Amino acid sequence: MNTEKNIKTLIVKKPLKLDCGKTIKDFPLAYETYGSLNSKKDNAILVFHALTGDQFVTGINPVTNKEGWWSYAVGPGKAIDTNKYFVICSNVIGGCMGSYGPSHKDPDQKIFGTNFPVITINDMVNAQYNLLDHFGIDKLFSITGGSMGGMQVLQFISNFPDKSKTVIPIATTSSHSAQNIAFNELGRQAITADSNWKDGNYTSNETNPGKGLAVARMAAHITYLSKKGLQEKFGRKLQEREDLKFGFDADFQIESYLRYQGSVFVDRFDANSYLYITRAMDYFDLAKQFKGNLSEAFINTKAKFFIISFTSDWLYPTQENKDIVIALNSIGADVGFVEIKSDKGHDSFLLDVPDFLSALKNFLDRSYEEN
Amino acid sequence: MKNEFQVIADLIEKDKKVLDVGCADGTLMKFLKDNKNINIRGLEISKEKVQECIAKGLTVIEGNAEKDLKQFPDKSFDYVVLSQTLQAFLNPELVLDELLRVGKKAIVTIPNFGYWKVRFHLLFKGTMPITKTLPDEWFNTPNLHMCTIKDFFHFIKSKDIKIFKSLALNNLNTSIINESNLGVKNLFADLGIFLIEK
Repeated sequence: MNTEKNIKTLIVKKPLKLDCGKTIKDFPLAYETYGSLNSKKDNAILVFHALTGDQFVTGINPVTNKEGWWSYAVGPGKAIDTNKYFVICSNVIGGCMGSYGPSHKDPDQKIFGTNFPVITINDMVNAQYNLLDHFGIDKLFSITGGSMGGMQVLQFISNFPDKSKTVIPIATTSSHSAQNIAFNELGRQAITADSNWKDGNYTSNETNPGKGLAVARMAAHITYLSKKGLQEKFGRKLQEREDLKFGFDADFQIESYLRYQGSVFVDRFDANSYLYITRAMDYFDLAKQFKGNLSEAFINTKAKFFIISFTSDWLYPTQENKDIVIALNSIGADVGFVEIKSDKGHDSFLLDVPDFLSALKNFLDRSYEEN
Repeated sequence: MKNEFQVIADLIEKDKKVLDVGCADGTLMKFLKDNKNINIRGLEISKEKVQECIAKGLTVIEGNAEKDLKQFPDKSFDYVVLSQTLQAFLNPELVLDELLRVGKKAIVTIPNFGYWKVRFHLLFKGTMPITKTLPDEWFNTPNLHMCTIKDFFHFIKSKDIKIFKSLALNNLNTSIINESNLGVKNLFADLGIFLIEK
C-alpha cells in the first residue's frame, strides 16, 4: 500500500487505553510538518485529516506523487500560511499512511487485518496529543480540519480544553447522522462483499479487495458533491462517443469519472483502514459522551471558535454545524460562524472556494495578531 | 463613524459584554472593541457583511435575529444593540422581547416616520417618503413596520419596558426625549435612540 520511505514517524511509548477497552503502546504515529515553529512556540496549527486524507497536507505527497489534499488552503502565502504558521498533521491511527493500523503486524508478526482494535475519534485525538509533547508545544495556536477532521477538532478541544487558542471545525457534525452511517455501511458492505476481502485477511496488493473498495469510494464520492455541481460538470455528456452504445460500458462522463475515482483510490488506500475509519466516524457522538448535552463538551474551554459550513453540503449540512454554534452560544463561548455559498458540495472545503479561503485566512491572521 | 454610533457607544460603559444584532460591516463593533474594551459579538444575516467583519477580526455569527436570538441564554449580554432594523422584521414585537431577554439592557434605534421631512414628502408630493435614513423606494425597501418616535415610545410604555434614556437625533444634534416634549421631538428628529430594560 504505502512505502515506508519519506514517512516521519513518532513512536508513541506511552500506553493509550482505547475506547474499546484494549491498550496499545509503542505504536507508530506518522506525521508531517510544514513551516517552522517559532521560538515562543506559539504559531503551531494542528490539522486533522478527513476519512481518506493523510499527513501530507500540501505540496507533493511523496508516496502518491500527487498534490496534498489541502493544497488550496495550506502553503506559503495561503489561508493557512506556512510562512507564518507551523503546520502539523498526522495520519490517524487505523489509517494506512504509516500510523498504527490494520495493515501493521501484530506482536506475532501476523498482519492485523480485522484483528486490529476498533478505534474511535477519541482514540485518534488522544494518540495525536502526543505530538504536542514531541514538539515541546504547550499550547497550539489553532486546530482545524474538515469533515472527519472537524470531528477530531471538536473531540480534541473537549479532551484538552486549554491546549489551543483557536478552534476551526469545518463542514462537520458533533454526531454522525443515520444518513451518514448508512452511506458508510454501503461502503463497508461493498468491501466485505468482495471475495478478495477474505474477512480482512488479504495479504498483498495483487489480491486485495480492490473492486469492493473502488465501489465504496465511488458511492462516497457522490456524497461529497452536490447535484447542481454534478449536473454542471457532467450533465448527460457522453464519454468519448457520439451516441449511446446500448451496453454497460461507461457511456456517460459521470460514469467514467466515478470509475476513475474508484480506481485511483485503490492504489493509495487500504480496504481494512476504510472499514476502521468509517466505523470511527459512525461511533462519533460527542453529545452522548456528555449525557446528551453538547455544551458540556466545551464548558471548560476559553478557546475562540470559528465554524464554517457550505450551502451545498448535504452530507454535513449547515444545520448540523449550527447545532455546534448553538451549543457554544448557550454557554457564552466565543464563537463565530459563517455559511459559505458554494455549489461544490461537501468537498468545498478541499477546493478553490475563495470566500472560504479568505474567511479562514482572515480569522487566523486577525486572531494571531491579537496574540 | 456616524453620529448614531457615537451616541450608542457613549451609552455603553467600558469592559462590558455586548451583542450587536444586525451588525452589518462591524463598524460599531470595531469601535467598541478598540476604544472601550468591549467583549463584542455580532449577528448578521448578510454573508458579505459577515466576511467584512471576519476581516476586521470580529466575532460574528451569520444568522437571522428572528430565528437565531433564541440560542443565547437569558441576560447573557450587558447590552444588546439593534440599530435601525426593528422595522424590518416580520414580527418586531417578538424581536424586541428577545433583545430584552438576552440583554440586561437593550439599545434600540428607529428611523422616525414622524420626522417633518417624511410628513412633508407624503403631504406635498403624495409619494412614499424618501429621506437620508429612509433611502429606499416603496417596492424595494426592507422596512415592513415603520413607526414614529411617538409610536415606539407609547409601545414600550404599554409593554412595561423601562426606559433609561431616550434620545432624539437630528443630524449632529442629540437631545433628550421625555413625555412633555415628545410631540416636538417626534417632528424634528429623524432618529430615535432608546436605552431600555425589562
